[in-house]
Amino acid sequence: MPRMKMPERSPSQRAADFGQVNLGYDSEQALSEAKRCLQCKKPLCVEGCPVGINIPGFVKAIAEGNPAGAVDILKDKNNLPAVCGRVCPQEEQCELRCVLKSKNDPIAIGNLERYSADWEKNNRPVPQAPAQSAKGTKKIAVIGSGPAGLTCAAVLAKKGFDITVFESLHKPGGVLSYGIPEFRLPHDILQYELKYLESIGVKFTLNCLVGRTKSLDDLRNEGFKAIFIGTGAGLPAMLNIPGENLNHIYSANEFLVRVNMMKANVFPEYDTPVFVGKRVVVIGGGNTAMDAARTALRLGAKEVFLSYRRSETEMPARAEEIRHAREEGVQLMLLTNPAKFIGTENGFVKAVELVNMELGEPDAKGRRKPVEKEGSNFNFECDMAVIAVGLNPNPVLASLTPGLETDARGRLKIDENSMTTLPGVFAGGDIVGGETVIQAMGMGKKAAAEIERYLASDTSQSCKKT
Amino acid sequence: MFKILSKQILAKGITRLEILAPEIAARARAGQFVVVRINETGERIPLTIAGQNAAAGSISVIFLEIGKTTAQLASLSPGDFILDLLGPLGRPTETGKHGAAVIVAGGVGAAEALPVAKAFRNAGNAVVGIIGARNKDMVILEKEMRSAVNRLFITTDDGSYGMKGFVSDMLKELIEKKEEIGIVYAIGPVPMMKAVSALTKQHSIKTIVSLNPLMLDATGMCGVCRVTIAGKTRFACVDGPEFDAHEVNWDELINRLATFKNEEKLSLEKYKAECKCPE
Repeated sequence: MPRMKMPERSPSQRAADFGQVNLGYDSEQALSEAKRCLQCKKPLCVEGCPVGINIPGFVKAIAEGNPAGAVDILKDKNNLPAVCGRVCPQEEQCELRCVLKSKNDPIAIGNLERYSADWEKNNRPVPQAPAQSAKGTKKIAVIGSGPAGLTCAAVLAKKGFDITVFESLHKPGGVLSYGIPEFRLPHDILQYELKYLESIGVKFTLNCLVGRTKSLDDLRNEGFKAIFIGTGAGLPAMLNIPGENLNHIYSANEFLVRVNMMKANVFPEYDTPVFVGKRVVVIGGGNTAMDAARTALRLGAKEVFLSYRRSETEMPARAEEIRHAREEGVQLMLLTNPAKFIGTENGFVKAVELVNMELGEPDAKGRRKPVEKEGSNFNFECDMAVIAVGLNPNPVLASLTPGLETDARGRLKIDENSMTTLPGVFAGGDIVGGETVIQAMGMGKKAAAEIERYLASDTSQSCKKT
Repeated sequence: MFKILSKQILAKGITRLEILAPEIAARARAGQFVVVRINETGERIPLTIAGQNAAAGSISVIFLEIGKTTAQLASLSPGDFILDLLGPLGRPTETGKHGAAVIVAGGVGAAEALPVAKAFRNAGNAVVGIIGARNKDMVILEKEMRSAVNRLFITTDDGSYGMKGFVSDMLKELIEKKEEIGIVYAIGPVPMMKAVSALTKQHSIKTIVSLNPLMLDATGMCGVCRVTIAGKTRFACVDGPEFDAHEVNWDELINRLATFKNEEKLSLEKYKAECKCPE
């Protein structure tokens, strides 16, 4: 039996609004897909999941018509299933290891996870919290409310610790809130999962930039016994080419924050403006580039081009996102690289000078290195450009905290126990070099276990002292 | 939610709000700023911290009505709340010992200059203040500045109070009188800071400016506030907002401030129509 296709809205319909592209399975579709699972004795799919979900277990519950049971099994290991079901690159993780993959039709684990999580949201308006185990009330601070911080917070809250999450922005969620557009992850889905975290005791302090609003020492003085840093990769990489600071050249972060978090797409009802380019060039080939290109189309751009310096095979974006972008009208300019931006006399961008590239020798990672074709430069008109060539670790906290060491690339140094160079201070996610939402969650989960262990041994030490 | 404790109109279109924010009040230092979002549909705007009262747990901000958000902020009253307030942000002013420091402030910049002047004086510098406005009625914080500096000069564009001319004209006079000037600190509208910078560069006087580019998150994650300093791109919200004036690419800053001119106008017009504001 072939894999159940995910129903999606037509490209012309969906490119006109910010509604979800993928519609999700109905119960019959979910049931029939779940029944394809072979229920392996030694399930390899579980090994492919960074947080170790009991995949055959929850799939079996769906196959038996018990979505509530499926949710319980999912939430035992994953506190954000509606998010993960939507944004995880399953083809590189759980689904890559599925034994049915040999026939090229692995179980649609992500779609089934999403189905279960959505079932819960539609059937239990208030998320159900597990019974609290009163293990103690030790206070733990989590800095950053992105996927790493939320996961660490949830795992520790379930263990009975007293958790406060500190977030610098006015909304929690990190990249889930400001970065991933609503057509991939609707805000109400994220809200529901955040409400669930609150229901298990996680507290949020917003508008707090740790490092500036308060220091790590302040947190210790407030009685926090351990600290987890999950401040992410918030620093946009720029191209450092001439003309980059012309008007209407945006980092993907700026463009996406304006639209996703500040709702500039409904300006002037909301106060934050955003420019709607007619001819937009997005630089980059990752998921962020796809999100930016598709967002520009939805705002009303007539033409959106994506300039990527390698070929499609090397694109880091998920195949599904590339397909969706193409269907919606995003035009790929593969093997091109910007050399400079050209502006009007008032300082607005009017063109980008591109160079054609060809692929050379493979690099250390095995990716073929793009090499400029000399003399192939050409001007390409545009009235807006978005730079989505990657992000670097957020430097604010480390730069303001003596003793918190980073490597040459600005990533926090951690040991095998997820601990930074400061005792009792742990870290995970993009700030230590993670790259995807689920990797960050896996690191948040590991750090939570290490924090629990650290606090247990910490108690015994202080007992000895007295 | 952050409660407004008091409100004062300092001049036409210039309002001072005292806001309850104990954590910010306890930590703020001269030169730092906050980001404000009034309500759920609001935008995030940066405002310099003009004063703080750690005992009362409050900070004050002083702003000129120039668009929708500042107009809306000015319409709030004591007892009202601001939804979001983040701070203190940016690097604090590095004063150092320079002998004589001249603090030059144009318009509402005087509010931002006040804590900076105090900081330079506390660091052991003799401080000369120059504050300027369009006319007599627009001069703000004269009394406060007078008590914060050793000498204060006031200029008005129309000569209705103090010296006739711009703050940069007054600074030029001091330079031509061969006054000892170890450092100049300028804050105000970009054309004024640019003029001060051009003047002091001729005379090789070290000059610091507090830049005011567009900001969004103001925590270093978007780069809308990027400025070119000595040929390098820097983010004013985390690397600044203070920079060496002689290294700033002023024309680029002026261009970038005009990015959303049309949208800003539209937003203000819509607000004025809906709130039926006088005028």
